[in-house]
Amino acid sequence: MVSMVSHDLDLRVSLAGLTLKNPVMAASGTFGYGKEFADFVPPEALGAVVVKGISLAARPGNPPPRIVETACGMLNAIGLENEGVDGFLSRKLPFLRERGATVVVNILGDCVEDYAALAARLAAAAGIAALEVNISCPNVRHGGVAFGTDPTMAAEVTRAVKAASSLPVIVKLSPNVTDIAAMARAVEAAGADAISLINTLLGMAIDANTRQPRLANVVGGLSGPAIKPVALRMVWQAARAVAIPVIGIGGIATAADAVEFLLAGATAVQVGTANFVNPSATLDIITGLSAYLATHQIATVRELIGALQL
Amino acid sequence: MMARYQLSATVTARPQVTGDIVRLALLAPAVSQAATPGQFVMVRSAVALDPLLRRPFSVCRVNGDGTLEILVKVIGQGTRGLAALKVGDQVDLLGPLGHGFVMPDQGRACLVGGGIGAAPLLFLAQKLGERLPASDIQVLLGARTGAEAMALALPFRDLGLPVQLATDDGTAGHHGLVGELLAALTSGAFPTQVYACGPHPMLAAVARISTDRGWPCQVSTEAIMACGLGACLGCAVPRNGGRGYLHVCKQGPVFEAGELQW
Ligand SMILES: Cc1cc2nc3c(=O)[nH]c(=O)nc-3n(C[C@H](O)[C@H](O)[C@H](O)COP(=O)(O)OP(=O)(O)OC[C@H]3O[C@@H](n4cnc5c(N)ncnc54)[C@H](O)[C@@H]3O)c2cc1C
Ligand SMILES: Cc1cc2nc3c(=O)[nH]c(=O)nc-3n(C[C@H](O)[C@H](O)[C@H](O)COP(=O)(O)O)c2cc1C
Ligand code: FES
Repeated sequence: MVSMVSHDLDLRVSLAGLTLKNPVMAASGTFGYGKEFADFVPPEALGAVVVKGISLAARPGNPPPRIVETACGMLNAIGLENEGVDGFLSRKLPFLRERGATVVVNILGDCVEDYAALAARLAAAAGIAALEVNISCPNVRHGGVAFGTDPTMAAEVTRAVKAASSLPVIVKLSPNVTDIAAMARAVEAAGADAISLINTLLGMAIDANTRQPRLANVVGGLSGPAIKPVALRMVWQAARAVAIPVIGIGGIATAADAVEFLLAGATAVQVGTANFVNPSATLDIITGLSAYLATHQIATVRELIGALQL
Repeated sequence: MMARYQLSATVTARPQVTGDIVRLALLAPAVSQAATPGQFVMVRSAVALDPLLRRPFSVCRVNGDGTLEILVKVIGQGTRGLAALKVGDQVDLLGPLGHGFVMPDQGRACLVGGGIGAAPLLFLAQKLGERLPASDIQVLLGARTGAEAMALALPFRDLGLPVQLATDDGTAGHHGLVGELLAALTSGAFPTQVYACGPHPMLAAVARISTDRGWPCQVSTEAIMACGLGACLGCAVPRNGGRGYLHVCKQGPVFEAGELQW
């Protein structure tokens, strides 16, 4: 077999008006602000770095224990700890900007106005490529129901963020819904430039000996290889429902996992929990994608998007 | 920030220390050279995805031959897998991580360890021995049984350090808690710096005794960790004064006792 040399391999993908050098992004909350992983991964080598979720004001997060390992995965209830948008802009963003990384800022809020205000603040800053809207947060004005579980609220947040900023807007869907296609269509109609999914699945762990929950928050978000089949199914359903690009997330640990998500219809992928297991997971996946293209004699990774054979 | 490494390390020795504790010597010259007392490494032996996350272990000794040693106490699935390793096996090692002990150039140090908490104190004793005379390094170790206490004390005694023991079953040393040995120190033996590692109730007692007597006290703490790199924010412990949290993998694992809420 003739193997192609790696510089011939085209890993570029386009989404939401951006051209990414490869389809591999680091997922929010699992890669800090890039600097934490800089000994292992040059942030500028990734398709994009999605930073830990940012809110208007700093949040302390939940009491410990915040994480617990489960079969082939983990539950987390970090509680969206972050130092707020001012701290992010002054202390976190400069490093990524200086490194020339493609930065996607994950935003969260208690109400629609929070999201809009954040979007406006971030649009005014240099060095941000796109916003990713985390709608898995409780809407404080609506009894704490997550924005992402109601198509009307999800659309409202999307419209507010779009109106407040000129940056491309990726809406990150929650998997804790009955009809993911309906959610995808709702945010597309509201102006989302792309969608990413899935966020963590709501779960719980109990210690049989102490009869207590293993997380202080009682419930938490399940991530890691355990959720990959659910994520693949949802990405496939969402990609068939909308025309905007889809970013696949959930349990991706190897290049083969990434290829599966592309085949299901994703234009790019995000790597989350795998960064904890192997700090260079993102780079290994990029290398593995090149090897996959070479082995299968495919000129561009774009040929894989939605190429599932039914 | 100092360099951290991810590498594959070969097990070069695995002596059984007690019934449920093994010592693993891992060949990892870069990590062994860079590590300072109180720092830890994250280790993974599985090739499969279960267990998934790395497990944190304090560096308990570094050797001139490029190895570093960890003490592994069998608790659950992850530690059982590590304890079952054989000489020649490989582990995936990440480190050195975290903020270690601050060491003085003079004064009297008192090292207080509870059970497996002796691990980081051994590396500390090794390095303090290069700065202070052995007579100024006091070691107090608590364990469940005399056999365990003797096994944990052996490497400290090999360094020529005086060790006092406390055991739950009274089969060696003081019958009771190791904190009681600290509280019983007489004025000639008062430390200028206390270092402690062990179960939370023991650390709380040592912190309280030290604070009451005005002895500076550094504690090495534990928390469940996912990344070990300061990224996941999973390893939070409450900050003293109720103002949010500190992160054990980054600001710790060694803290001034007064930084934490006990
Ligand atoms: C900084 C640091 C240094 C440590 N140094 C040592 C050492 O030198 N020797 C040693 O034997 N042990 C040490 N520990 C504790 C050791 O990491 C745990 O005993 C081990 O992770 C248990 O894993 P398991 O799979 O066997 O147990 P399981 O109970 O099956 O573990 C389930 C989960 O809980 C976590 N966990 C369980 N117990 C603890 C604990 N006490 N602290 C933190 N996480 C825990 C595990 O990492 C895992 O994520 C240290 C922990 C920390 C945070
Ligand atoms: C510790 C941790 C923190 C996370 N924090 C965020 C966050 O701040 N915002 C967000 O949108 N998603 C967050 N996520 C979700 C991930 O970005 C990702 O959607 C999810 O973990 C599934 O991917 P994975 O299986 O590859 O981890 C977090 C996940 C973990 C494990
Ligand atoms: S273990 Fe991830 S931040 Fe400390």
